[in-house]
Amino acid sequence: MTTLSIAAPVAMKRPVYGWTIHDGLVVARRNLIQTVRVPELLFFSLVQPVIFVLLFAYVFGGAIPVPGDADPNAYRQYLMPGIFGQTVAFAAASSTVGLAEDMHKGLIDRFRSLPMAPPAVLIGRTLADAARQILVLFVLTITGFLVGWRIDNGLLNAIYAYALLLLFAYTVAWIGAWIGLYMPNPETANTAGLVWLFPMTFLSNAFVPLASLPTWLQYIAAWNPISALVLATRELFGNPTGMAGDNFWPLQHPQLYTILSCVVLIALFSTLSVRRYRRTTSR
Amino acid sequence: MTADIAVLAEGLVKDFGEVKALDGIDLTVRRGQVVGLLGPNGAGKTTTVRILATLLQPTAGRATVAGFDVVKQPDEVRRAIGLTGQYAAVDEYLTGRENLRMFGDLYHLSPKYVKERSAELLEWFDLTEAADRPAKTYSGGMRRRLDLASSLVAQPSILFLDEPTTGLDPRSRLGLWGVIENLVQQGTTVLLTTQYLEEADQLAEDIVVIDHGRVIAHGSSEQLKDQIGGDRVEITVVDPAAVGRAVEALGTVSMGEVLVEDLRVSAPVSGGSTVLVDAIRALDSRAVAVSDLQLRRPTLDDVFMTLTGHAAEDEAPAPQAKGRRRRSRGGEDA
Repeated sequence: MTTLSIAAPVAMKRPVYGWTIHDGLVVARRNLIQTVRVPELLFFSLVQPVIFVLLFAYVFGGAIPVPGDADPNAYRQYLMPGIFGQTVAFAAASSTVGLAEDMHKGLIDRFRSLPMAPPAVLIGRTLADAARQILVLFVLTITGFLVGWRIDNGLLNAIYAYALLLLFAYTVAWIGAWIGLYMPNPETANTAGLVWLFPMTFLSNAFVPLASLPTWLQYIAAWNPISALVLATRELFGNPTGMAGDNFWPLQHPQLYTILSCVVLIALFSTLSVRRYRRTTSR
Repeated sequence: MTADIAVLAEGLVKDFGEVKALDGIDLTVRRGQVVGLLGPNGAGKTTTVRILATLLQPTAGRATVAGFDVVKQPDEVRRAIGLTGQYAAVDEYLTGRENLRMFGDLYHLSPKYVKERSAELLEWFDLTEAADRPAKTYSGGMRRRLDLASSLVAQPSILFLDEPTTGLDPRSRLGLWGVIENLVQQGTTVLLTTQYLEEADQLAEDIVVIDHGRVIAHGSSEQLKDQIGGDRVEITVVDPAAVGRAVEALGTVSMGEVLVEDLRVSAPVSGGSTVLVDAIRALDSRAVAVSDLQLRRPTLDDVFMTLTGHAAEDEAPAPQAKGRRRRSRGGEDA
């Protein structure tokens, strides 16, 4: 065994805006390397939305009429933005599970003993989980084309729609991160990370037109940010909206409401999560 | 405070709800010193280290590490310390090299330095061959070495090792001890928690024994052993009827109370091995047949039994009275 002979540590120059972005990107890179090392995980996260597309397109599709569109193929046009919205929402679950695992393995303790920016672990996690959705959206888009879905409103609008979807993925990742920091173990995180996502995504216009819901549910669904996101992307992709005189403010201004709710939710849950992170330990 | 004090804790108290994990811990570690924090599970060792490493805030009391207050100047403390926990806290999907790079980046060290330092640490910890494999494929001992290497990227002057060898096989444990001894020779200050008496005996110059969140003894291994009395002559008689005569015989050389446990009779003595000869003569003149006779130096195990009334490796502190009964042990290499 030799002795260590190396020169004293050389520090980097502190960026004027602090270390938060640098440290967040370091952690994001680490999380994305994980994705590459465990391709099975990515594969199965792609399988679920693809199965949803096939199920809804071929099994339920014929039974769900789209208001204002008599075309028998209309449901598939209507469906795809709903699937996009639901899929990106599930980015939250990987944030929940990922942070619970990091805590469980003692990695959060190690990160907290380093002189790094406190929000960086959470920023890195949410960024990586949102970034993974780029690939997921790409695969889903191809699946959509295969079942007959079309982008019908120009490329710029489509890019805007994808950007809204990614913003939403980043938003729910923060909610997922906050939940993850309260999880006693990864097993609980696996369940708790998903359980709220099903009602949240189904109590919306993602799969059925609002008008088909009971009136009281329509209120909930209309104010559910997913509904605004899905409606905004339907408009931007040029797909049928299924709107039949629904008179709710969020659905009259879907883009604005989507961005507003994302900004508010990110502000809220990043504050709560960072506060929790500073006090969290593996036990 | 003086410049040669690396870690100072005064009256640390930590409550977890109803549970008082720490009940006023005082601790001083001088620069370059290795201090062992010894105690059973639940004694408060890990809680103490977590407070010193800025992971937990104390309910009361204060602590400085490298001269910085752990509550008010956590960033300064974090720049000075390395922490290695009970389980190997490395990212198992990253390779060994990628782990070291990540931690180096998070210490805000220059990429060139991190690269050189990582290569050096991998070499030093005998991980060069495995450097580009995910840590998932490593053995327990390799992971622990990578964990320790990770906390050394920034060359911390103070190292906290929380049960560094728990769960390791004897060979890996010896290897890790060698590494720690090497670091100490290079001037690193080490605060080590352990429930292995042997480990504290081997590594630490100064031992702080804690139990139920309090310091119950403090000193070098030798001082602690002296505190409970020095050497003992211990014999095992063949015939139960001879026990009375054996007690009488050892009484002639004993410095204190002669203890009897089944066929084993022991007595505190001083004077080293010549006392053995006297003991044999006394036993012989009383016709006591002996199957085993030894002069035994107290182990830290004895210290622990005497101080706490329960063995160090008990899972939970036994509600046993502070008896003098010795725990029988097959050998010294538990």
